[in-house]
Amino acid sequence: MSPVFELRRIEKRFPGIKALDDVSFACNAGEVHALAGENGAGKSTLIKILSGVYQADSGTVLRDGVPVHFATPLDALKAGISVIYQEFSLLPDRTVAQNIFLGREPAGRFGRLDQRAMRAETERVLQMFGERRRFGADTLVGALDVAEQQLVEIAKALSLDAALIVMDEPTAALNEAECALLFELVDRLRAQGRAIVYITHRMPEIRRLADRVTVLKDGKVAAAFDGVPEAGVIVNAMVGRDIGDFYPDPPTAPPGKVRLKVSGGGNARLSGIDLALRAGEIVGLAGVQGAGRTALAHALFGLAPFERGTLTLDGEAVRLASPREAVARGIVLLPGDRKAEGLALMQPVIDNAMMTARAFSPLAGHPDRTRHGTTADMMAAFRAIDLRAASVDVPIGSLSGGNQQKAIVARWLAMDPKVLLFVEPTRGIDVNTKAGIYQRMRALADAGAAVLMVSSDLTEVLGVSDTVVVMAGGRITATFGRGASEAAVMHAATDAPQDRAA
Amino acid sequence: MSDGPSPLVKFLTRINPILIVLVVLVIVIAVISPNFLQPFGYMNFLKRAAPIIVLACGQVFVITSGGFDLSQGALATLTVIGSSILLGMDPDGTWWVITLALMAGVLVGLVNGFVVGVLKVPSIIATLGMMISLTGIALTWSGGAPRGYLPDAYRLFGRVLIKDVPFVTILPVAVIVAAVVAAALWLLMHRTNYGRLQHVVGDNPRSAAFAGVPHRRVRTLAFVISSVSAVLAVILLGGFAGVSTDVGTGLELQAITAAVIGGARLLGGHGAVGASVIGALVLQAIFTLLNMLGFPKPLRDVVQGLILIAAVALAAYRRRRSGQ
Repeated sequence: MSPVFELRRIEKRFPGIKALDDVSFACNAGEVHALAGENGAGKSTLIKILSGVYQADSGTVLRDGVPVHFATPLDALKAGISVIYQEFSLLPDRTVAQNIFLGREPAGRFGRLDQRAMRAETERVLQMFGERRRFGADTLVGALDVAEQQLVEIAKALSLDAALIVMDEPTAALNEAECALLFELVDRLRAQGRAIVYITHRMPEIRRLADRVTVLKDGKVAAAFDGVPEAGVIVNAMVGRDIGDFYPDPPTAPPGKVRLKVSGGGNARLSGIDLALRAGEIVGLAGVQGAGRTALAHALFGLAPFERGTLTLDGEAVRLASPREAVARGIVLLPGDRKAEGLALMQPVIDNAMMTARAFSPLAGHPDRTRHGTTADMMAAFRAIDLRAASVDVPIGSLSGGNQQKAIVARWLAMDPKVLLFVEPTRGIDVNTKAGIYQRMRALADAGAAVLMVSSDLTEVLGVSDTVVVMAGGRITATFGRGASEAAVMHAATDAPQDRAA
Repeated sequence: MSDGPSPLVKFLTRINPILIVLVVLVIVIAVISPNFLQPFGYMNFLKRAAPIIVLACGQVFVITSGGFDLSQGALATLTVIGSSILLGMDPDGTWWVITLALMAGVLVGLVNGFVVGVLKVPSIIATLGMMISLTGIALTWSGGAPRGYLPDAYRLFGRVLIKDVPFVTILPVAVIVAAVVAAALWLLMHRTNYGRLQHVVGDNPRSAAFAGVPHRRVRTLAFVISSVSAVLAVILLGGFAGVSTDVGTGLELQAITAAVIGGARLLGGHGAVGASVIGALVLQAIFTLLNMLGFPKPLRDVVQGLILIAAVALAAYRRRRSGQ
């Protein structure tokens, strides 16, 4: 019997990166196929090709052994593929029934909306969820919690009679009881003969649910198991990669004095944070999505400040209530979402780079001659870090991710920072530029700054950091020196209790 | 002949198209009414345009920083009403009344900035509320029927013509005031840190905050500039319009229209003082033309509404074409 859906020898390139390289993947009826891999391994790209969002550069998609071509997500939907993304696509001000039938409302007599048929079909599908559901066809989606909204997404897939249901990290926002409910539901879907692709990097879930496991790494199939091996085997397949010369050499001198120190730091997202950032040291923050890494960086930057604990900078107690206060004291952050948090995309490159120097100079002062350097100085800095643009007057939105990142780096260098917080510094940046960013972080640390790096790329964290701090559930769960194994870090990051605060 | 565009063509393509529109309008007006080319003709035109120029130069700061100021017109009305009442009590008090009016402008701008920046009310609602409140204050204070008059000392700025000026023969004080205000605001917008930070805050306030830009202060200052410009504009306007409760009605929309004609981006991030001046002149030229053609005031309002929509639609079209 041929698989319900099959991807054969798929290749997909993006500018500067090969996202998928010769990947084959099959989904059988009545099976749960777990898809594991680190962030950036190619899981999302694979799903987007399967669901018609992207088209493969080469390779075939087969439905029941017959080649098919999905030009749009709608084609894939019609062929029986339903994807439940982490971000739901529900309208909060519409009822459950209206959401389930969105875009394909049944017509009754005289072309009117057949409300009764919509409700009846919705109730029929909702039956599956058993006694524990607390909502009906007429409940407004906005009144439901995250777990219930996920049920609505699943109900939508069921009402479409999807042969293949893809779940993208479905437990990311669920507590333990909700997870148990979801697992039962997956069991029932399997019993109905549906094929399920279950994306996760949590070992207990794979052990509990999967019939087979495929592990992706760097866009390739690192391992494919007909069955479910021990967690350690899967983790080793996910990691276990040589860290080459790509990363800068470790510093020869031991780290210097403590620049930024948190004791017992906590707020709505964080608790019991004890962390010291030293001059000359790069600290890497590892953890899964939602572990609180970015929240910690934001707390140190005064965006979502600590409400408990103490913060000292160069031995002096400080309170940071806003990014402006942090920047004034020499603590700067390079945001992960550059477009939303780092740049004014319509403004010229030079204005984006000079933004902070001008913000800390008299408002009536001349914009080309600030207290923190002139535009000529800035252009010299651009040359020093090899920022390439047609002109410094073009909108920064027209530059590549790497050059945009350099403009932000140049912005901070003008301020002579003491502590640099890099959030996902290489996200959306091609491989060749990455090494340059690592070298720059090293150089900044060597010059006496303390560097904290938040990254979802574990290889990067291990390759660059002098100290690796692992977070889970808003707490620091482990600290490693250089040479920590990826497996040890992954265990510290994933073995956290499931019932995190939502 | 050389290859590629000649310097003349390059120069022509760099000209703001709105300047060409202005030239065409002026030619049409001059053809219909040759008197326009006499100093008295065009100086009278510039004098009448002066209040809109000042308003537009203030409004463009708020638009560039990502907002609207709908309270300009109501503040203008309150200034005229309040001034006439206060001057009715002290006819020699022109200077302190003007000082008081400017201080009221600063206060209104600070309140707008506080409501938008700290209370997080969208500027269109915040300034709409301010507009309604200021109109209410003006009506209450005047008892519904404005009395009093503005003494000559107050009306000097809008009315007086300096005679025997070389080349142009006469020079209205209003034109001098508008030119000085426009020049000062041009410097502020295009030659200071503040002006550059304005653009950044209007483009992406979150990025600006991440970079340590005092975004609330920047936006509040824009509202103060806008309000003070409204007070200055109505002191000019008071010279030739009388004391009434609708002297300022709709001025804010004229200012927004002028700024948008001048290429200001309605969601912030782009705005130019010089182009706003040209925008104000274009708007005034269209009003003058319609007046000459015998269009009644309500029909002029229809045309102004259509111009506003057309200017925004054209800007959106050009932005799509240029891929931004």
